[in-house]
Amino acid sequence: MTAAVSPLGLRCSNLEKRFGNFVALRRLNLEVHPGEAVALAGHNGSGKTTFLRLAAGLTRPTAGALHIGQGESTAAESRAHIGFVAHQTMLYDELSAEENLFLFANLQGIPGAAERVSALLAEVGLAERRTSLVRTFSRGMRQRLTIARALLHRPSLLLFDEPGTGLDAPGIIWLAATLGHLRDTGCTIVMSLHGQAELAAVATRAIRLQAGAVAADSASGEPIEAVLRVTES
Amino acid sequence: MALLHTTGILLGKELRTELRSRELITTTLVFILLVVVLFSFTFDPTSSESRRFGPGLLWIAFLFAASLMLQPCFLREQMNDTLSALRMSTPDPFAIFLAKLAANTIFLLLTELLMLPIFSVLYNVPILKVFPSLLLVLLAGSAGIGVTGTAVAAISAQARMRELLLPLLLLPLLTPVLIASTEATAALLAEEPALRLDWVGFLAAFDIVFLTALWLFGEYLLEE
Repeated sequence: MTAAVSPLGLRCSNLEKRFGNFVALRRLNLEVHPGEAVALAGHNGSGKTTFLRLAAGLTRPTAGALHIGQGESTAAESRAHIGFVAHQTMLYDELSAEENLFLFANLQGIPGAAERVSALLAEVGLAERRTSLVRTFSRGMRQRLTIARALLHRPSLLLFDEPGTGLDAPGIIWLAATLGHLRDTGCTIVMSLHGQAELAAVATRAIRLQAGAVAADSASGEPIEAVLRVTES
Repeated sequence: MALLHTTGILLGKELRTELRSRELITTTLVFILLVVVLFSFTFDPTSSESRRFGPGLLWIAFLFAASLMLQPCFLREQMNDTLSALRMSTPDPFAIFLAKLAANTIFLLLTELLMLPIFSVLYNVPILKVFPSLLLVLLAGSAGIGVTGTAVAAISAQARMRELLLPLLLLPLLTPVLIASTEATAALLAEEPALRLDWVGFLAAFDIVFLTALWLFGEYLLEE
């Protein structure tokens, strides 16, 4: 799906995000090393989505800083290297699968866009529906196309918010294989998960967030399964 | 050049999605048609009366229709979070605004052009002789509505009372455009038609000022 890339890490110091009186992230200090595949776990409202949107540069922190890569690049400055999958599909329902991918490929100035779009559509199993409007797709098909859109520009940092949403069992297995391949080619992956053992198996590290702070981190010696299992209970 | 290239790609997307759904143009056209026809039946104006209040009626109809048209322009991007995808894929966020305001202006201009013959017949006001000048006034006025309206639509889309906020913010801001467009149109529809370059110049200046403001502060309007 993608050639080897230059790994890109991220680090945040005292990162805080408030929505009015609600503190979504509280003084978060975290470093994701280049090439790591991090599974973010935590109950609803624990701050996973907020963290991913901050890392994607889509929202500004209330306090603290988040840097991408080795230097002092902000998330907004590093968008060209980030592949982002959100809760919503981030696709246009009135455009076909192919048109959606071409739109974003052209905006990002991807060379050989036609070949890249064709290859990705085949990879996600939508080659036969390439001219169908997205509004005619099932949720699982939309999610496959969403993942294809996020991978269009061969990003070196993947921020996936519950990427298994809407996928059936074969879809989850396909996604786990894809993420595993991306991890092996050097992509840094940060993904929020709710269960889905197949996707968790891709992770080289797990972090559990609770009330906007790190409650457990497998980097400190706790097994990945244990960090994720606590959340499920 | 990069900005224009990106704007062109986004404008293509705006036009393609609208041509498939036809939501905005249909709604706007029906609204303007209703206003113009209802006023015509209510007042049954003579030709001289039409020349006097017709331009004002026409631009008020355009203005209210535009507020209907502008409401969904950013709301539609929020439904599937496509605005985030655009922000992450577009090097210059001003291109997102340029494409949207260009699309809004084109849609508004299109509905105005479709309405003009109906207005001309119902109100007994000949427009053929002054059509090129009228087109210039419509373009300048519609661009003013498009520029201001796109900025206000971006602001209101993130608010809780968004359906109310857009007209509340938009209509006072567009008062200068309404006055200038009405005056310029009235001069063109008068017994002795004249192109009032002072009002057209005012509209052009208004468009440039708001476009510059959008260029400077547009990125903040798109943030969550």
